[in-house]
Amino acid sequence: MVELAAEKHVRYIITVEKVSYSIRKLTCCPDPLPQYLQKKDAFESVVMEHLRMNGAYWGLTTLDLLGKLHVVDQDEVISWVMECQHESGGFAGNIGHDPHILYTLSAVQVLALFDKLNMLDIEKSVLEGQISAFLVHDDLILIHRAEKNYALGLRSTLTLYSDIASLQNEDGSFSGDMWGEVDTRFSYIAICCLSLLHQLDKIDVEKAVNYIVRCKNLDGGFGATPGGESHAGQIFCCVGALAITGSLHHVDKDLLGWWLCERQVKSGGLNGRPEKLPDVCYSWWVLSSLIMIDRVHWIDREKLIKFILDCQDLEQGGISDRPDDAVDVFHTYFGVAGLSLLEYPGVKAIDPAYALPVDVVNRILLPHD
Amino acid sequence: MDSNEEEQKIPVSQRPEWADVKPVPQDDGPRPVVPIAYTEEFRETMDYFRAVYVSDERSPRSLQLTSEAIHLNPGNYTVWHFRRAVLEALNADLHEELDFVENVAKENSKNYQIWHHRRWLAEKLGTGAIVKELEFTKNILSLDAKNYHAWSHRQWVLKALGGWEDELEYCHQLLTDDVFNNSAWNQRYFVVTGSPLLGGLDAMRDSEVDYTIEAIIAHPENESPWRYLRGLYKQDMKTWANDPRISSLCLKVLSTKTRCIFALSTLLDLICSGFQPGPEFKAAVDDLQASDTGPSDSGLGETICSVLERIDPLRVNYWTWRKSHLPSVTV
Repeated sequence: MVELAAEKHVRYIITVEKVSYSIRKLTCCPDPLPQYLQKKDAFESVVMEHLRMNGAYWGLTTLDLLGKLHVVDQDEVISWVMECQHESGGFAGNIGHDPHILYTLSAVQVLALFDKLNMLDIEKSVLEGQISAFLVHDDLILIHRAEKNYALGLRSTLTLYSDIASLQNEDGSFSGDMWGEVDTRFSYIAICCLSLLHQLDKIDVEKAVNYIVRCKNLDGGFGATPGGESHAGQIFCCVGALAITGSLHHVDKDLLGWWLCERQVKSGGLNGRPEKLPDVCYSWWVLSSLIMIDRVHWIDREKLIKFILDCQDLEQGGISDRPDDAVDVFHTYFGVAGLSLLEYPGVKAIDPAYALPVDVVNRILLPHD
Repeated sequence: MDSNEEEQKIPVSQRPEWADVKPVPQDDGPRPVVPIAYTEEFRETMDYFRAVYVSDERSPRSLQLTSEAIHLNPGNYTVWHFRRAVLEALNADLHEELDFVENVAKENSKNYQIWHHRRWLAEKLGTGAIVKELEFTKNILSLDAKNYHAWSHRQWVLKALGGWEDELEYCHQLLTDDVFNNSAWNQRYFVVTGSPLLGGLDAMRDSEVDYTIEAIIAHPENESPWRYLRGLYKQDMKTWANDPRISSLCLKVLSTKTRCIFALSTLLDLICSGFQPGPEFKAAVDDLQASDTGPSDSGLGETICSVLERIDPLRVNYWTWRKSHLPSVTV
């Protein structure tokens, strides 16, 4: 059987333009870039530019799962991430763009990967005038950022918490931004984000859970809104949010487990809805849900591993949605994360609810001495 | 925007009406990083967009510029948001805006921003938007009958504005086109349980059961109607297990001896819910056993699981688990 071309995927990620905030700083990438990378699909770049924060999360998490997070310039990444933060506290997909909760979670996850969630606390302390306490960190980037905020008189950078909390609606649902699009994706994002920041008490968790439960369907799955069709991506969001809030008793595990394992098709791949084509991304959405409800042994592990590995570009690196399609960083992440959930050798364990490496989640959530 | 197509090909920087605006370039951060390979047209359009956005210029030319920016990249939240601010400031004709969205949506029907914008428009227009919105989603669904955004929008229109009259018939049409369309089955459930015109699930159950059974008999391998059928009884397992139409359906499908995973699993569920199968069920299941195994001595539930373990090897662990969790009173 084909094996995981881990080295190739690492190289693909650190060279792909979509997450190229720090290519020149990378130890193993030539400077200037090879020709084929310089002019790579311009359209994709345009479409991707507003969601670079997501790309950063996908790429960096994949690197961490493969044990290669150290090859990127951490300071460079953190600096860029913090530049994307807005006065409201939320993060944008790129510098100069508007904040959206989709990017805020990615930003928090990236900070978590580098054990830098304290960036947010540090800013608070600086804004309260405790510059001396801050200087002991001896970190130029932090100073740069903090000074800038201080100079601008931004007194509430840490309103990130209340920014997320303010997106909760009366019925317990969450909007993605101040303009109001409602979706259980945003429930998951808000809950995951606030949990990583130890701030779940900032929202009405009971109402949030009740809204998610209202989105449960006759097949045991969940949709984007009450009455919306069950979809594996939405199921991940709902089950993930219920797992984080300790509310998995609302899930009909046997019914949902069966629906989820019915998503495996003959090729071994998983689809997201009945009669749809398999796609590597569902190796994450379906598998993580199955693990959270303790039913992952109901699918054929070996066949799924083979399907994911068959989607690799064995020459240039990267993983695609289906065998022989073009690779991208999104599917590379979901493929490697799926293999992680399947305990594939050489890949670090990922947490199915927080979508971060288990050691990162433990570092944040386990009590310290 | 068609009349402006020629004009759009002239770079913004060379148009006289933009001469007074100083473009604002993308700030890629405090340190030199490798820039994304923007096209020249995209870069320039966005530079001018940032200029009017920063100065908050809510003018006709700003509106025109957002059209161009959206055509170049319909996924930018900021551009859409600013466009709404401009539309409001100009008191623009929102019906014209619906046409603009329809144009963009044709090529980007899975873009979240477009649907959010459409929702905003429909909210503004109120019940006057019902017919157009139902027609719009119908058009998108005629290209991709499972488009999640279109279904979400359609459900929102029905719930918030109304227009339920022909919805059940629409579901039927879609299922006639493709009875495997899970989205259409989901919508059918949405209508049967939510339409103020139909009297709710209790009033609709009988006719829906008949409708669904017919669909299953035509395609017994179709997962969606089997789940729909079960859903029609909600938590009332007893009524479900005692409805002779359900067990008869299982028997009828099993007698065809092919593609019967869902018939077997439904029969298994019925037995687990207290259904007492007659000898004809045992005979039908025994017929599905591998040819080298004779009639089984074990209970029917166990035999069903054994057959499923064999014919559905991907999910062998699920069926084994089912076998180990059969109620002890099972025949």
